[in-house]
Amino acid sequence: MAPGSASSPSPSFPASRPWAAVGAMAAAAAAGPSPGSRPGDSPEGPEGEAPERRRKAHGMLKLYYGLSEGEAAGRPAGPDPLDPTDLNGAHFDPEVYLDKLRRECPLAQLMDSETDMVRQIRALDSDMQTLVYENYNKFISATDTIRKMKNDFRKMEDEMDRLATNMAVITDFSARISATLQDRHERITKLAGVHALLRKLQFLFELPSRLTKCVELGAYGQAVRYQGRAQAVLQQYQHLPSFRAIQDDCQVITARLAQQLRQRFREGGSGAPEQAECVELLLALGEPAEELCEEFLAHARGRLEEELRSLEAELGPSPPAPDVLEFTDHGGSGFVGGLCQVAAAYQELFAAQGPAGAERLAAFARELGSRYFALVERRLAQEQGGGDNSLLVRALDRFHRRLRAPGALLAAAGLAEAATEIVERVARERLGHHLQGLRAAFLGCLTDVRQALAAPRVAGKEGPGLAELLANVASSILSHIKASLAAVHLFTAKEVSFSNKPYFRGEFCSQGVREGLIVGFIRSMCQTAQSFCDSPGEKGGATPPALLLLLSRLCLDYETATISYILTLTDEQFLVQDQFPVTPVSTLCAEARETARRLLTHYVKVQGLVISQMLRKSVETRDWLSTLEPRNVRAVMKRVVEDTTAIDVQVGLLYEEGVRKAQSSDSSKRTFSVYSSSRQQGRYAPSYTPSAPMDTNLLSNIQKLFSERIDVFSPVEFNKVSVLTGIIKISLKTLLECVRLRTFGRFGLQQVQVDCHFLQLYLWRFVADEELVHLLLDEVVASAALRCPDPVPMEPSVVEVICERG
Amino acid sequence: CFPDTVLIYTLSTARALTPQTAETDAIRFLVGTQSLKYDNQIHIIDFDDENNIINKNVLLHQAGEIWHISASPADRGVLATCYNRTSDSKVLTCAAVWRMPKELESGSHESPDDSSSTAQTLELLCHLDNTAHSNMACVVWEPMGDGKKIISLADNHILLWDLQESSSQAVLASSASLGGKGQLKFTSGRWSPHHNCTQVATANDTTLRGWDTRSMSQIYCIENAHGQLVRDLDFNPNKQYYLASCGDDCKVKFWDTRNVTEPVKTLEEHSHWVWNVRYNHSHDQLVLTGSSDSRVILSNMVSISSEPFGHLVDDDDISDQEDHRSEEKSKEPLQDNVIATYEEHEDSVYAVDWSSADPWLFASLSYDGRLVINRVPRALKYHILL
Repeated sequence: MAPGSASSPSPSFPASRPWAAVGAMAAAAAAGPSPGSRPGDSPEGPEGEAPERRRKAHGMLKLYYGLSEGEAAGRPAGPDPLDPTDLNGAHFDPEVYLDKLRRECPLAQLMDSETDMVRQIRALDSDMQTLVYENYNKFISATDTIRKMKNDFRKMEDEMDRLATNMAVITDFSARISATLQDRHERITKLAGVHALLRKLQFLFELPSRLTKCVELGAYGQAVRYQGRAQAVLQQYQHLPSFRAIQDDCQVITARLAQQLRQRFREGGSGAPEQAECVELLLALGEPAEELCEEFLAHARGRLEEELRSLEAELGPSPPAPDVLEFTDHGGSGFVGGLCQVAAAYQELFAAQGPAGAERLAAFARELGSRYFALVERRLAQEQGGGDNSLLVRALDRFHRRLRAPGALLAAAGLAEAATEIVERVARERLGHHLQGLRAAFLGCLTDVRQALAAPRVAGKEGPGLAELLANVASSILSHIKASLAAVHLFTAKEVSFSNKPYFRGEFCSQGVREGLIVGFIRSMCQTAQSFCDSPGEKGGATPPALLLLLSRLCLDYETATISYILTLTDEQFLVQDQFPVTPVSTLCAEARETARRLLTHYVKVQGLVISQMLRKSVETRDWLSTLEPRNVRAVMKRVVEDTTAIDVQVGLLYEEGVRKAQSSDSSKRTFSVYSSSRQQGRYAPSYTPSAPMDTNLLSNIQKLFSERIDVFSPVEFNKVSVLTGIIKISLKTLLECVRLRTFGRFGLQQVQVDCHFLQLYLWRFVADEELVHLLLDEVVASAALRCPDPVPMEPSVVEVICERG
Repeated sequence: CFPDTVLIYTLSTARALTPQTAETDAIRFLVGTQSLKYDNQIHIIDFDDENNIINKNVLLHQAGEIWHISASPADRGVLATCYNRTSDSKVLTCAAVWRMPKELESGSHESPDDSSSTAQTLELLCHLDNTAHSNMACVVWEPMGDGKKIISLADNHILLWDLQESSSQAVLASSASLGGKGQLKFTSGRWSPHHNCTQVATANDTTLRGWDTRSMSQIYCIENAHGQLVRDLDFNPNKQYYLASCGDDCKVKFWDTRNVTEPVKTLEEHSHWVWNVRYNHSHDQLVLTGSSDSRVILSNMVSISSEPFGHLVDDDDISDQEDHRSEEKSKEPLQDNVIATYEEHEDSVYAVDWSSADPWLFASLSYDGRLVINRVPRALKYHILL
């Protein structure tokens, strides 16, 4: 056993576990005195017992701290703790150990172990001694401390006893005092009650004078409050004569008070809040509510009628009426504000009246409201002609907004609904007005175009071209439409109080704006345009052809782009989203296209007629039998070509070229001769021989196979070539029919030959299929030959020369 | 039973066509040719309804090319023509009354081949003397009369003639003329079958005029009846104030002469000038028009006809008809519509007319000499009858 290892734990105790150490020392000290009772043993003990005792003390400490002996010793746990030969073990048996040593060890070793043993014993003894010395003082002081504590506790106990007795004395005194005071307290309480009662009585006795004073001072509110407070008490004790007298006095005064209040109420002029106060006081005085209701409303009516009269005066016939915004402002603040006050006061005052009272108020509001609305409508009607929508919308907004307050107060009177109705009506009228405006604008545009077209052309200075006029018209109409849309859009602006009404969200947008205004305008535009086709101006002149052409192009442009653009614009601005069916874009486009087609067809007819008339006159007025040999192309043919060229230019300004049928031959080189066309020979060959009918029948049937029927007034396509083809067809067919009605001499026929060749030279370039011109001119020449008793045609070369010259 | 047959007969260039008005049994049309180089002829076209074949007889008309032809309502053998005579580089349009050989009056029943080889000549009864007036536009007979009264239109004159001594002498009974500036010229005229045949209507330029033949004074005037030249007109045979007109504006218009500011109805089916308009003699809802667009159009103008609710059942008429389904036919106003468009012609159609014998049959003539005979569609015929 190493002395370091045995002693090392103990010095560490005071540092780490002071209280445990103290405990252990106390235990050691406690254990001390009992052996100490035999002091004689102690000094001798250390040699034999000390290591044992020490080990015991160690072991107890170790047990206390939960350490096993082995571990505390820091030795490996290898040797069996039960080994009786283990010198440090708990079960050490000296006999066994000695036996073992004797048996196992040689002498030398025995000697060594004996010396070693002795040395260890000595060392242990000295260690023992130092430990005892070191710790002895500590034990002594610990014992002293405990002793002192015992003394102190005894002293404290005495003091506690003394305290207990004192407390008992105090309790006793306190009980005695409260018993003494009990009686007085009751008497004080009673006195306080009597005092209060006396004060109330004093108030009652003073009441008449107070009331009088209040009435004199005009503090009616105070008076009524006093009266109210005293009323019940007086009522209760009226069998006592004194109270009775007070009550009577009070009643007299109250009656006077009521009279004064009524007086004030009737005088009126003091304004609604004060009147309301009067009524409130009168009600508190128990005046009959019914009667007060009537009177209150009658007064209110007087005031509101005053407002209405002033409004009517503003409306009056004298011109400098305020603008509509000002008017509605006046109405809003004067009449509607007044109505609001009346309604609010009424409902506050006469809430107890129940449904009958509410009904009376509603009827009152309804009657006056309708008069107000009539005035507003008269004023708005004056506004119908005006152009400024924003002012109107703002006025309507004010009007509508102001009526929301009484509307909420008086739901039964239906004021808000009526106001909404008025606004809707005005909105509808505005839409109608804008539609009229658009129509007028369109007609104005047309008038402008007419004037521009009719304006005499200054030589060398061209007027505005058709394309330019078209662009002007289109942009002017579009800007008008946009302006109208913008103006109408104000009605649906978010900040406008009525814009969230169902009418303005749904019907107004879809039926009103989209259908009524935009679609209606486009339709009416088409109708106006179509009316030019139906007008009795067939004789020409009524409608300038250029206008027809321009309108046709305008409608076509609408069909291709503008309609869908406008409608998209409308749909975007007005978010049309309700169940009403709307006209689809395609229908409208089809209508516009149909209009454009009719206009263009009419244009073709009109222009065809102009040229036809020229040709007809030229054929009808000439004496074809006695005409001279042709030297020139007749002037009228040149005129026809000139006019056709002019029409070509005019149409070219607005319409695209169109498709021409490819023609391989150089048609200008074609020359007419009476017999050039084989079909004509067969066709008009005399057929008096019996076999002839069969032949001609066969021939004409064969012709039918090869020649398409020419539809003279056939529908026109939207391009220049088609238009020109139509016009030329009409003209040449007229020429043909006129030629057939005349009889030609030889030179007459030759003149027709020349004329037709000239036409052929210049007209083929305008038409889609030049074969058509050939065919018709062929037939003209053939018909002329047929109508000639002496058909000697001119040499083709001569014809060509004449035409080239002329 | 034949289908609504188309029969085509071709002759030379021709404009003049008339039914043989006095004939009420056989279906017979007269066609006048128009040729400057050869002798002109009048073809008498007999239509054999039962065998559906055409028989023809040819009469020479050597006086000149025929522009207008009309048959006497009283005498089958008498007819009047307007014809051109060219002489000394001048063209004169004259009018004359002719009589055809007796044996041709009721048609020939020889085979067509033989008959055409032996052309006979017309017998001239009288000239409607025109020394004063050069251009005869047309000649119209008094419709219900005894064939003694005739009206001719020459330039701006309307001349009423009395035929005397079995039509061998024409005496100018009275005349009137259009005043006014410009070269006014009558284009066409019709004699009203109503008012005891005292009214005649004429067309000049775009104007329609009514005349009283007793005083030769104007009764009414429809200015600008058409946008362009008025080509022809016809009276409704059953409604005395109703009148149809057609013209170069491709339109057919129906007028009530008591109110001439607006037409009662306007048709616009043709694509070129309408040269001829004819009411059916019995069923005035059937209107026939011919146009230089080479088409003939048969329209059903029920709404303005004398039978706007369909045929009122007449016991005598249908008692022998086995089919009495008509009872269920609704009596509400019927819709006006185009019944049929006939496209057998290849050249301008200048004349159309109904047969005087068979109310369901009509002929049309185009410039190339093609005569087409058509029937009213069977379905419509029964619809009208039953």
